[in-house]
Amino acid sequence: MTDQSKISAQDLSIFYGANRAVKNVSMEIRENRVTALIGPSGCGKSTFLRALNRMNDIIPSVRAEGRVFLDGQDIYAPRVDVIDVRRRVGMVFQKSNPFPKSIFENVAYGLRINGVRSRKVIEQQVEKSLRGAALWDEVKDRLQTSALAMSGGQQQRLCIARALAIEPEVLLMDEPASALDPIATQKIEELIHDLKRDYTIVIVTHNMQQAARVSDFTGFFLMGELIEVDETGTIFTKPTRKQTEDYITGRFG
Amino acid sequence: MEKKPGSPVRLFSTYARSSTRRVRLMDGIAGKGTMAAGLLIVALLVLLLNEMFRLSLPAICHFGIGFFTSSDWDPQGERFGVLPFLYGTLVSSAIALVIAIPFGIGTALFLTELAPQRLRGAVAFVVDMLAAIPSVVYGLWGVFVLAPLMQSHVGPFLEKTLGFLPLFRGPFYGGVSMLTAGLILAVMVVPFIVAIAREVLLTVPVDLKAASYALGATQWETIWKVVLPYSRVGIGGGVVLALGRALGETMAVTMVIGNQPRINASILQPGYSMAAVLANEFNEASSKLYLSVLVEVGLTLFLVTFLINIAARVLLWRMRSVHPH
Ligand SMILES: Nc1ncnc2c1ncn2[C@@H]1O[C@H](COP(=O)(O)OP(=O)(O)O)[C@@H](O)[C@H]1O
Ligand SMILES: [Mg+2]
Repeated sequence: MTDQSKISAQDLSIFYGANRAVKNVSMEIRENRVTALIGPSGCGKSTFLRALNRMNDIIPSVRAEGRVFLDGQDIYAPRVDVIDVRRRVGMVFQKSNPFPKSIFENVAYGLRINGVRSRKVIEQQVEKSLRGAALWDEVKDRLQTSALAMSGGQQQRLCIARALAIEPEVLLMDEPASALDPIATQKIEELIHDLKRDYTIVIVTHNMQQAARVSDFTGFFLMGELIEVDETGTIFTKPTRKQTEDYITGRFG
Repeated sequence: MEKKPGSPVRLFSTYARSSTRRVRLMDGIAGKGTMAAGLLIVALLVLLLNEMFRLSLPAICHFGIGFFTSSDWDPQGERFGVLPFLYGTLVSSAIALVIAIPFGIGTALFLTELAPQRLRGAVAFVVDMLAAIPSVVYGLWGVFVLAPLMQSHVGPFLEKTLGFLPLFRGPFYGGVSMLTAGLILAVMVVPFIVAIAREVLLTVPVDLKAASYALGATQWETIWKVVLPYSRVGIGGGVVLALGRALGETMAVTMVIGNQPRINASILQPGYSMAAVLANEFNEASSKLYLSVLVEVGLTLFLVTFLINIAARVLLWRMRSVHPH
């Protein structure tokens, strides 16, 4: 594997109070690749994902141990600016969560809070992001209408566009298609495929076919531990660990 | 229920049916009862209005529209104009809101977003307690603490810094003034705004806040751009409630507003309110006309409160239909 490591988690443990939800996980996330995280629900995938852009910080009682390097810089080091980390590592959530604002304002939000004032720049960036999220043609004539009037699939792509607008380097996606119908899901998967040219993507999914379709690497989590991580083809055809094989073949989970 | 031999005993369906009947009966009684209670309230309101109108008819006939345009209040000379009281009620309430809205929303934000978990319950309790203090106690506090402070420090300070505006000019009359009344009212209505704003702020979906943080927003940006816009209609409801309370508050205002039926440009000078003049002069209303005038003042207060409430509600309703939140 010659790919560059974009994010490197080292011996990472995450606690909710006394409950250790992620246990000593070490993992490399490779640049411009899609990495899928699979495993039964409650095994710590989301918690691990949120640790990669310090979104766990907003949950009271969460504590992290270990290190996470982004381009070689420890994002949990004392003087690191969380805001900066989150700008560089964007996130798309399981349940689409557009703001109760217009389509335009949803995408412009990240630009505005990050100090972009120029109307022209904002307009250009909104269009670019919506194109990037394969949504532009569907919404270009109704940018000022409420985002809440869109279909579920469109809302989720809007959330992707919103994340793209501030030009992150990494995109974290937590089961982005779990609430969508097959057609909307397919669109998201195609989108992920296109996006990996410019972004490093980490996607949590409970759908193993999806992981097999969209990812280059797959990590298998079980009860807070990373059991195995390898190229997706390897994980799905000849996993090294028995637990992985059991999970892949549907013997549990 | 007829039971054929061999068929299973249908205990459940028998029971279920009788229960359904009983529920229906209860629903019927509850429905009629609540409707009766509702109608009774409406009837009382209509009766009250009707009575007030009947009693104020002599004044209405005597002064006509001049009652609302005159600022002359001279019971001996039988000259009555409601304007100074109308002005005092509206201005003291406006002052109260200008002060109470930022304080109330700020406190609610502190309680829902910023304060450490342990502190929230305690502070919320204290704020709720403020609402339970009788208004005469606020009035006493106003007379003995706030008014002297206004006289010695706040008034002179405002005159010195903002005295170029007619709003902030002396002379001072022992610290009783429109501003003093507005301040007392502000303290009295803050708990209403806090209580409602807090409820509303708690309904802001965690998802939306997370989306904001994930885009690199700070807590303050998230509050300002996501939390508050989402809550503004609900908080507006709390403000309307507070305004209603401020408009009608009698005791505390009477004690600190100065009770002078004049319209002063300066809020550092005394004024009078509709509720206060009713409380002060009802006992002295010697003539039939005087009494009738006071009832008309009461009717005016009622209508003003009513109209402002309606207007505020329409505004909120419009806001809601343009943007759901
Ligand atoms: N906000 C939270 N507070 C407390 N415990 C949590 C929270 N979120 C997740 N957990 C716990 O952490 C563990 C891992 O959860 P999660 O990361 O959501 O798993 P997954 O995404 O794989 O389903 C679970 O045991 C869950 O109960
Ligand atoms: Mg999850």
